[in-house]
Amino acid sequence: MTATEYKAGSNLEKVLASGAFAVTGECGPPKSADGSVIEAKAKLLKGYVDAVNITDNQTAVVRVCSMASGYVAQQNGVEAIMQMTCRDRNRLAMQADILGASTLGIKNILCLTGDHMSFGNHPQAKGVHDLDAINLIKMYKDMRDEKKFQCGDEMTVAPELYIGCAENPFADPFELRALRLRKKIEAGADFIQTQCIFNIPKFKQWMQEVRALGLHKEVKILAGITPIKGAGMANYMKKFVPGMDVPQEIIDRISGQEKGAPQQAEGKKLAVEMIKELAEVEGVAGVHIMAVEWEVAVPEIVEAAGLLPRPAVA
Amino acid sequence: MEGTFEPEIIVFACHYCAYAAADLAGSMRLQYPSNIRMIKLPCTGKLEVIHLLRAIEAGADGVYAAGCLEGECHYLKGNLWARKRVNHVKDLLAEMGIEPERVEMYNMSSAEGAKFAAAATEFTQRIKELGPNPVKREGVSPHAAAREALGGVAMPDEPLASAAAIVEEGHAE
Amino acid sequence: MITAERKPLDEILELVGDKKKILVAGCDTCVAICLTGGEKEAEILASELRILAEKDGRAVEVEHTAAIRQCEWEYLDMIADKVAAADVVLSMACGIGIQSLAEKFAPKLVMPAVNTNMLGMPQEHAVWLERCVACGECRIGLTGGICPVVRCSKSLMNGPCGGSHDGLCEVTGPEKEEIECAWALIWERLKAQGREELMFTDRPPKDWSKSSSGGPRKMVREEAKPV
Ligand code: SF4
Ligand code: SF4
Repeated sequence: MTATEYKAGSNLEKVLASGAFAVTGECGPPKSADGSVIEAKAKLLKGYVDAVNITDNQTAVVRVCSMASGYVAQQNGVEAIMQMTCRDRNRLAMQADILGASTLGIKNILCLTGDHMSFGNHPQAKGVHDLDAINLIKMYKDMRDEKKFQCGDEMTVAPELYIGCAENPFADPFELRALRLRKKIEAGADFIQTQCIFNIPKFKQWMQEVRALGLHKEVKILAGITPIKGAGMANYMKKFVPGMDVPQEIIDRISGQEKGAPQQAEGKKLAVEMIKELAEVEGVAGVHIMAVEWEVAVPEIVEAAGLLPRPAVA
Repeated sequence: MEGTFEPEIIVFACHYCAYAAADLAGSMRLQYPSNIRMIKLPCTGKLEVIHLLRAIEAGADGVYAAGCLEGECHYLKGNLWARKRVNHVKDLLAEMGIEPERVEMYNMSSAEGAKFAAAATEFTQRIKELGPNPVKREGVSPHAAAREALGGVAMPDEPLASAAAIVEEGHAE
Repeated sequence: MITAERKPLDEILELVGDKKKILVAGCDTCVAICLTGGEKEAEILASELRILAEKDGRAVEVEHTAAIRQCEWEYLDMIADKVAAADVVLSMACGIGIQSLAEKFAPKLVMPAVNTNMLGMPQEHAVWLERCVACGECRIGLTGGICPVVRCSKSLMNGPCGGSHDGLCEVTGPEKEEIECAWALIWERLKAQGREELMFTDRPPKDWSKSSSGGPRKMVREEAKPV
């Protein structure tokens, strides 16, 4: 593939295009103006992931914005996947921000609806929800491919974007999920990252539907993995995180170990096993490792899963 | 103070149970405080929030509704409605900074004269402990105000049947 | 219908301030049906205000009344005398009624005694559910007659988000009650109608200029205007 055929030419796009098994990570910006936090997380992940998601006011809690954080991450040697939620911005802001991000050299963008305000630290906020994630994908695609703003006005220099979105294979109505993914692809998604997977059989069932629709050929699918730090966290996710499907045997396996280091070791071991199993599933193009506030575990997991060194693509 | 304070209490009693129980209490010559003034209703379900409030507004120190036993209302659910409304008035009073205990709901069957007397005694004691309603109006009769608020809903005041009358009615059955 | 909830007493008292003659004005249409601001409720609030004043030793006069509809000039004429006699009017109508009253009798002090909260329907006696936000561009023809703008917590146009589970929305209501996921309902309805394909048709961004984002709206029916 020549450089001109890339949509954005980001490292992530090139790795996926090369057919290599991609690895992405996740970095939550700090809840203060402390840029060194992002710097440290970026340095930690450098060389272990192909790109890192920079969350956008994740769980509706105010943090350093994803554009600035993404820029800092890239300055420190890790390519950013800038997340953008429909919760906090209207179409003007979302277009302005993507132009801004593009001028700062950010190429990967992840279009999200966003967790509802009621989950966060400003539950009284007015939710914007001018567009939904599918509208957002389409808007960015049109900016990139048609050089057009959402209103139809033309622009001279289009942003170069590799457009992603999220998908939760475990949400309901289940029968709708693969079909809805097609809608996202039609809107213009280039890659998707799934919600963290714990229930592998159910994920495989979903992938089967995805393959039946031929969607794995049209979009790069990165399977979401969250290493479990302890039994408490597993229980919490099962009970309180919407759309999270954590089978009991996983909780039992973690809680079978002593609290602290042994449970953490088991969590990492489990993550490695799951990555290996998911890599075998036809249509899975990579993994997205979401080690929430446990970024230090990522290098070890990536190494143990046999995913090093990360490919260098020109 | 407690010794001299004689509360004025309005009782909304339903015709079928509580009022009949009062009658029975009378015929049984049971003792209960003379602080209570009764207003007879066809059913406590007729009682509305405003009626209770009007009595308080007119200076009643306490107000309670007395209806049939739950599940045995002559009009099926009137007493359940009454309880909800009484509870709502408790909330309103609390919001106004007035003790919600000044309003209450009691249930009894027509055969429970003793229960009627016990409720009257207990409630009067409760109000004595609470002290007077902070809302006191010179020259206003809470009983008359409550009656007026009820309009045509209240049944005529009639002296409680004498023991003899009750016995007679009982025999007539 | 329009629904409203009464404001907390403390807030009402603050709005009334030290005014001596208070008129509580109910409205006997929507707010009466939702048991918040009809004549009955106006009478209750008036009584509460009198009780409080008496308790706190303040001399105030509180009266109550109700208009058949506070949102129409004609019906306001019927309560004009009472309004004229008051220092402040506490309106228990919806926001439309309160403003009509305030405009009709300007500069009379008119205060809201309720919070107008939704366009809802009585799902069962004494339970109302929001059904519309008057977005000005109704799309429910495409969603099986279920409004995605107001019944989906995120006003999604293209199907459920990843938080939908067992037919429920990821958001829990203010009273910690479960909310139905609009898109789960829409999907079931479309299936029942044999119109599943509507679920997979791309829905472009909504035109919010037709909603309140476009500024205050105005509707004129020329053919019906008096000659
Ligand atoms: S789409 Fe708009 S007009 Fe139609 S029901 Fe929903 S909010 Fe109301
Ligand atoms: S769970 Fe359903 S109703 Fe709630 S925000 Fe998501 S799609 Fe909308």
